Amino acid sequence: MSDDTDASRPPIPTRWPELIVACVLLVGSILVITDSLRVGRDWASDGPKAGYFPFFIGIGLAVVSLGIAFQQLRTWRSDQRVFSERHEIAGVIAILWPMVVYVAAMKWLGLYVTSIVLITYFMRRHGKYGWGLSAGVSVGVMAVLYAVFERWFLVPLPKGPVEAMLGL
Amino acid sequence: MEELGNLLNGFSVAMTLPNLGYMLVGILLGVLIGVLPGLGGANGVAILLPLTFSMNPTSAIIMLSCIYWGALFGGAITSILFNIPGEPWSVATTFDGFPMAQQGRAAQALTAAFTSSFVGALIAVILITFLAPLLAKFALNFGPAEMFAVQFLTFCSFVGMSKEPPLKTLAAMLLGFALAAVGMDTVTGQLRMTYGSTVLLKGFDFLIAVIGLFGIGEILLTMEEGLAFKGKSAKIDFRVVVQTWGELLGYWRTFLRSTAVGCWMGITPGGATPASFMSYGMARRFARHPEQFGKGAIEGVAAPETAAHAAGTSALLPMLTLGIPGSPTAAVLLGGLLIWGLQPGPMLFVEQKEFVWGLIASMYLGNIVGLLVVLTTVPWWAAILRIPFAVIAPVIIAVCAIGAYTVHSSMFDVTMMLVFGVFGYLFKKLKYPLAPLVLALVLGDMAETNFRQSMLSSQGSLSIFWSGPLVSSLMGLSLILLFWPAWGAFKRWLKVREGGTGH
Repeated sequence: MSDDTDASRPPIPTRWPELIVACVLLVGSILVITDSLRVGRDWASDGPKAGYFPFFIGIGLAVVSLGIAFQQLRTWRSDQRVFSERHEIAGVIAILWPMVVYVAAMKWLGLYVTSIVLITYFMRRHGKYGWGLSAGVSVGVMAVLYAVFERWFLVPLPKGPVEAMLGL
Repeated sequence: MEELGNLLNGFSVAMTLPNLGYMLVGILLGVLIGVLPGLGGANGVAILLPLTFSMNPTSAIIMLSCIYWGALFGGAITSILFNIPGEPWSVATTFDGFPMAQQGRAAQALTAAFTSSFVGALIAVILITFLAPLLAKFALNFGPAEMFAVQFLTFCSFVGMSKEPPLKTLAAMLLGFALAAVGMDTVTGQLRMTYGSTVLLKGFDFLIAVIGLFGIGEILLTMEEGLAFKGKSAKIDFRVVVQTWGELLGYWRTFLRSTAVGCWMGITPGGATPASFMSYGMARRFARHPEQFGKGAIEGVAAPETAAHAAGTSALLPMLTLGIPGSPTAAVLLGGLLIWGLQPGPMLFVEQKEFVWGLIASMYLGNIVGLLVVLTTVPWWAAILRIPFAVIAPVIIAVCAIGAYTVHSSMFDVTMMLVFGVFGYLFKKLKYPLAPLVLALVLGDMAETNFRQSMLSSQGSLSIFWSGPLVSSLMGLSLILLFWPAWGAFKRWLKVREGGTGH
C-alpha cells in the first residue's frame, strides 16, 4: 500500500477496462434481446408488441459492443494507452469502498448518522483534522441539510433508530 | 407583435416578490454548484428537483432555470481563479482567464467572463422569445412520424458531431434506450427486462442516472487526480467593471460571432462545450493579435463564455417547443416539467401560456440578477474553493445520496446511483460520451411511442418515414449525420490505399 512500491509498478493499460466495459454492454444487449423475444418482437392484432422496439435497440447495442471489443482485440499488442497509474487507482478505491459501506449502512441507520460518520472519517483520514473539528463540521453540515430539506421544503429523508431515540 | 404582449404578461408573472426571491436563491445555489467539483448544472438541478415538488410549477421552473444560469456563471470563477474548469464548457475559459489572473488582472477577466455570459444569454433569450412561438406553431402539425424523425435527427447529430469515437457514442445512446425500456411498457402495460425483480417495475429514473454519472463519477475522477486547490483571490471594484465594459465594446464582432456559434450549437444538440471551443478558435483566427491568445487576451475569455452561455440558454428552445432537450441540463428540466404534469412540446404554448411566458421572462430577469450577484459576491466563492477536498468530497457524496433518495423515497435508487457513478467514471476514462446516454434515457419512451404509432398508421412499413417532404428531409439529414464518421473513415482508408505508405 505504500507509495514508493506503487510508483515503481507499471501503470494499468487501457485494454482490459476497455474490453470489460464492451463485454458488460454485450451482456446487457443479450438480456434486452432475450426478454424482447419473450414479450414478442412481432405484430399483434392491435399493433406492434412490447418487444418490437427494444429488440432493434438490443441488436444495435450487441453489434456496437462487439465492434468495440473487436477493435480492442485487433490492436491488443500495439495499444499503449494508459488507463491510470497505480497510486491514482488507489485514490479512487480509497473513496469508493467507504461509499459502498455508506450506502449499505444507510438501509438500517438512516442518512444522518451514516453521513456524519462518512464526513468525519474523510476529514480524519484524508484531511488529518482533529476529532473536534471533524465532528463539528459533519454534525453542522447535516443540521443545515436537515433544516433545508425537512423543515423548509418538507422533504423527508431516511432516518434510523438513532433519530427515533432522539424523537426527530 | 403578439410575442411582446405575451412577454409583458410573463414579466408580471415572474416579477412577484416570492418569484424574485426564488430567483435569487436559485442563482446562489447555482453558482455554488458551478463552483464545487462534482456538482454541475445537470446533477445539481437533478438533486434540487425534489425540493420543488411542493412549489407551484412556475415558481419551481424559475428557481431551477436560475440554478442553471448560476451554474453557467459559476464555472467561470474556478476557471479563472484556480485554472480548474468547474464545468466542461469553461475549459476554454482557462486558456486566457488563468494567465490574466496570474498577471493580477483577475478582476478584469472575471468581469469580462460574466459580462460575455450575460450578453450571450441575453441574445439567446431574445431569439427564444421570437423563434419559440413560430417553431411551436409549426410543430403543431407534426404527427408521430415527424416527431420521431426530429428525435432521430437529435440522436444522429450526436454521432455526426461528437468528438468521441462514433461507435462509443452509439453504444452510450443505445444503452440509454435500453435502460429506458426497462419496466412497464407504456403502451401495452407489459413488464419488460425486469427479470422478476419488483424494484425494476418503475424502470431506471434518469435523475438517478444523472446524479450518479455526473456527480459520483466526477468525485471519483477528482479523487484520482488528487486535486490540490491553489488559487488567486479576487475582488471586483466598480471602476474596473466600467473600464472592462468599455474595453469589451471594441469586441462587438467577437460577441456576435460567438453568440451565433453558441445559439446554433445549443439548438442542435452540439451543446455548450464544443460551442465554447469553436468560438475560441474562431476568435483567435479573426483576431488582430492572435499571438496574444493563451497569454491573457481578454477576447479569449469573452469568446468562449459568450458561446457557452448562448448555447446553454438556446438549448431550452427545442426543449420547450419540441420536447427535445439540447443538453443534459435541459433534459433534467424537461424531466421536471413532466413530473409537474406539463408535457413539453408545441401544445405547451397553447395550453400553458402563462407558464411558458413566465419562464421566458424569468430568463431575462434571472440573467440580470445573476450578473449582479456574481459581480458582487466573487470573494465568497473564491473562499469556498479554498475548503479542502477532504471536507468537500464527503459532503457532496451525502448531498448526492439525498438527491437520489428524494426522487422516489427509495433506497434502491441510492444503490443505483453508486452503480451509475462507477460506470460514469469508467465511461469518462474510456471516452464514452455521457450526454447521449442521458438524452436517450429521457427521450426513450417518447421516441418509442412515436415510432410505434407511426408503424401502426403505416401497418408496419418503414416507408412512412419517406412519405412527405418534411419527414423525408428530416430523415435524410439524420442519415447523412449518422454516416458522416463512416464516410470520413472511408476517405482516410482510400487515401492510405492510394498513397500506399499510410500509417
